Formats: sequence, structure tokens, C-alpha cells
Amino acid sequence: MFEYWNPRIERMPVDDLHELQGKRLRSLVRYVHDHSSFYRQRFREAGVEPDDIKKLSDVTKLPFTFKIDLRNTYPTGMFCLPENWVVRYHVSSGTTGKPTVVGYTQGDIDMWTESLARALTSVGLGREDVIQVSYGYGLFTGGLGLHYGAERIGATVLPTGAGNTERQIELMQDLGSTAIACTPSYFLHMNEVAQKMGVSIRDDTKLKAGIFGAEPWSDETRKRIEESTGIKAYDIYGTSEMSGPLFTECHLQNGIHIWADLFLLEVIDPKTGEQVEDGERGELVVTTLNKWAFPLIRYRIGDITILNNEPCECGRTHPRIMRILGRTDDMIVVRGINVFPSQVESVLMRIPEIGDHYQIIVDRKGPLDVMSVKVEMTESTFSDKIADLMSLSKTVARLLKGVLNITAEVELVEPGTIPRSMGKAQHVIDRRKV
Amino acid sequence: MAAIKQISIFAENKPGRMAGVAKALGDAGVNIRALTIAEAGDFGVIRMVVDDTERGYTALREKGFMVSETDVLAVEIKDVPGGLYEIANSLGMNNVNVEYAYAFVTAKAERAMLILRVDDVKRAAEVLSEAGVRIATKGEIQQI
Ligand SMILES: [Zn+2]
Repeated sequence: MFEYWNPRIERMPVDDLHELQGKRLRSLVRYVHDHSSFYRQRFREAGVEPDDIKKLSDVTKLPFTFKIDLRNTYPTGMFCLPENWVVRYHVSSGTTGKPTVVGYTQGDIDMWTESLARALTSVGLGREDVIQVSYGYGLFTGGLGLHYGAERIGATVLPTGAGNTERQIELMQDLGSTAIACTPSYFLHMNEVAQKMGVSIRDDTKLKAGIFGAEPWSDETRKRIEESTGIKAYDIYGTSEMSGPLFTECHLQNGIHIWADLFLLEVIDPKTGEQVEDGERGELVVTTLNKWAFPLIRYRIGDITILNNEPCECGRTHPRIMRILGRTDDMIVVRGINVFPSQVESVLMRIPEIGDHYQIIVDRKGPLDVMSVKVEMTESTFSDKIADLMSLSKTVARLLKGVLNITAEVELVEPGTIPRSMGKAQHVIDRRKV
Repeated sequence: MAAIKQISIFAENKPGRMAGVAKALGDAGVNIRALTIAEAGDFGVIRMVVDDTERGYTALREKGFMVSETDVLAVEIKDVPGGLYEIANSLGMNNVNVEYAYAFVTAKAERAMLILRVDDVKRAAEVLSEAGVRIATKGEIQQI
């Protein structure tokens, strides 16, 4: 049942893989130097010549590329091929500043599709499956990316896109979707809507797997999804700059397999820029090894994770990254302490009395930052006793303090009052910036 | 069983919540017999006894309110000095704990009633009956 899409590559001995990476890095550096005035200038500033890059470990000689570089060269200033080579654009909505435009050659689309074909196969999907793609289609990479990957493995695609949730649930039943791809928060919402319609995802649909990503989420949310709907929930990773969603966990659910022939990943200490030890947390840095319209050299993607170079028990030799803890951009600093929304989430999802949705609100009262966390009550555990409700909010506050090391006010709210999202949920409202 | 059902509603402390509750019940043709609000900072619990609990419960749920049902006793307070003391005392003497209580007067102001939430409904009903306190049935609450 759990097969390989590309066994020769996926199980390649680690030494061979490193040699292949070194070779591809060498030609990539030569290529961007010859095709891009941006990289040529960067290399000159860093005092590095293409010939200095001979093997994989030479990657650290190369300068970093930053988000600001993408913004400064908007729209296509970092492309390495003229626009007539480009067969598609995707545009990511910049939450801060200008959007980012990514261009793809036909080969780039094929590489992206290959990456997802391997990933989807690794969670046991194939020709027999009906994959409902509930990511947004269009400028966002989620919908089209998964669509192509699912078609490549011969599965049947149900391209519902995001939204129109009741209809999605009807189609899921009528056409027998066996897998769904969307944000975890949208799936939780879908489950709520299904319950209201009298539909049990576990008993009334054929759904067995979910491919969830595009926002950081936690193992506790995975547990909640799996227990309440009976499906297996898999983490997917990839950002628009890299192409879109690219990598998932395999069926063992123990880290996301990064195809090393396609991408070179480093994890660095964001302060020093040095690579951290294997197993240590740091900022992800991406170099594309087989992407031509819009390649990236040591791009500081801003996601925080841990790299694991141990081959997986599934037989794949490629490195894995642990669940994304958050983005350096998502991190909120409250009274000088770093807080990732995913840490808050992992606490909340352990408490059965509260619902699946939450919101963190940071405000300033006088000179002091105040963080409050809104959580929804659930009907099954609603007690008529004020004392029970008070003790619930105290429990939540105590558990949050244990993990975050700061005091948060906990606000119990009525079910359904925290805004639901069809795509990425807005988990943080920072009123200090206004 | 002498117990009747009380409806409890979780409500955030924000304008219009009470009006929303009243409207949902009004639209469903459900009359409120007794009501109290227990507040705790950001949220509160609205507790009420209505003439048609089932219909009231459904109407509120459909409007998205979080509701639960609780067993309570509706007892008549004798119109004599010490009427309330008698009730409280006989429960206390028999180790029945009163979690909360709220009073109301029937529509025609004929009788004063007390809604009691106790830890042991069955025992409370026995004790009060022995003490000669009248306990209203579901039917009576509908008729008031
Ligand atoms: Zn694996």
C-alpha cells in the first residue's frame, strides 16, 4: 500500500545524494551568476566566484537572500530567464509590504509536480483515490499545486477550492472523496459544518487522509482531527517562493521528507547565520537545486524548525524537518518573551473542554503588554456552574503559563464567535501596532 | 419526579446578548417564568425556567446559543414570616446543599416561588415534602 513514486531517488544512498546535491549546487551557482545581475552583484559583494563552489559544504560561502530582496526587485527582477520562458505566475499576498511574484518554466512546474507526486504516494495515496483539493485555486499556490500532484499519481481530483462548505461536504459524500487537502483550520470548520448537517465524516464519508498545511499547526491539533473524524492527518510544507506546497510526512508521520535532489535545506541560528547542529532548532534556509525561472540561493524563508538527517524507517534517505514551529514573522514578542501561536495552540488542543478555534489578542495597557487568549466553550462540556467555568479558564491560563512563561488572560467565548477561515486562520490580533 | 428542567445559557458579557435570548424565545412562543443571571467577569450564565423547556431549548440552540439543561426544584414559599427560612433550614438540617436559588412571583401575583438548585434533588424533594413545602410540577409551571 505504501509505495515509492521514484524509488531510485527516494532511497538513494546518502553519500550519492550529497554528491548529486554538490553537482547541482555547482551548476546552479554558475547559472544564476550568468543569468542574473542581482546574484552577480551579490556574489561580488560577498567576494565569491562561481568557481569557489566545488562541493556541497561550500554552500556556506554563498551570501544569503532575504525577503526584502524579493520586494525590492518586484515584480520580476530576480527571474533568471526572460518572461517568454515562463508558463505560469503565482503571486503571494504579502501580509507586510509588496506581494511576491514567482514564475515557473514548464520544467519548474514538472519539478513541483514530481515533488508532490512522491509526497502523496508516501502517505499511501494513488490511482484509487479521490482527492478533494479545498485549497484556494488561483494566484495562491495551494490549489493548483496539489491538483497537479494528485493528477500525476493518477488519482481523481475533485477541485472544489475553498469555501461553499456545505456543498463540499455533499460532494465529498456523493463522489466518495478519500483524501482532502486544505488548511487544518478549514478542515476543523468543515467538520463543524458537517456535524450541523448531521453528517459524520467518520461514518458517512470515505475520507481517510487529510493533507494539511499553509499555516503552522500542532501535533495536538492532529490528534484532535484524527480522533474526531477518524482520518489520518498529514503535515505538508512548502512556500510560494519555493514553488508552493512541496513536501509531506510519509505514512509514519515522523517529520516532513525534503527531497534533497530538488532542494538544499540548511537550518541556521538567525542571529549568527551559522548552521546549527542537527536536531537543534533554527531558521530554515533554502537553496533550489532544480528550478530555473526563479531559483533561490540561501533564501532566509523565516520558518523555524529542526533538521533531521537520519534516514526514515520508511526507507527514504532524504532529510526530514520537524513540524514548523512558526515563522519568524509570526512570532510575537510579549513583555520581551517570544511567543509562537503554535505553542498556544498545542496547549489549547490538549484541553477537551474547549473548542477547536482560538484567537490571541495582544494589546498594550499603559506601558505593559497584555496577552489574552479567546477560546470557545463546547456544548458537550458546558457546565451551568460558574465555579466550573472559572476553574476552566484558570486551568487554561495555568497551562499556558507553564509553556509560554507569561501570564495570559483567558476569555471564554460562545461557540461559533471566533471568525472561521476558508484559508489561513488569523490566530493573532496585535493591537499594539495600530 | 418532582424536579423540573432549567435552561442555562452561556453568555459573554456584551451588549445585546440578553435581548437575543429574549427574542429567540419570544419568536418561538416560549414564555419565561423565572430568570436570573450569574456573572463572572467576561462571561455569565443566564438561568431560566420557561413554560415549554423543550421548545425553548431547541429555539436557543438553533440560534447558536450554548445551552444546557439542569434539574431544579420549584417550591412555593409560604406567605408567612419565615417562609424562606423554613425551606433553607430543613434542607440544611438534612445535609442537602443549595448551590443557588432565585425567587419569582407568579403572573397573577398569587404565589411566591423559589427555584432551587441542590446537590441531591431526590433527597431535597423528600425533605421538603416532609416539611410540608409544596413542590410545583412541570405541568403547574406550564400553567402558571
Ligand atoms: Zn518516511
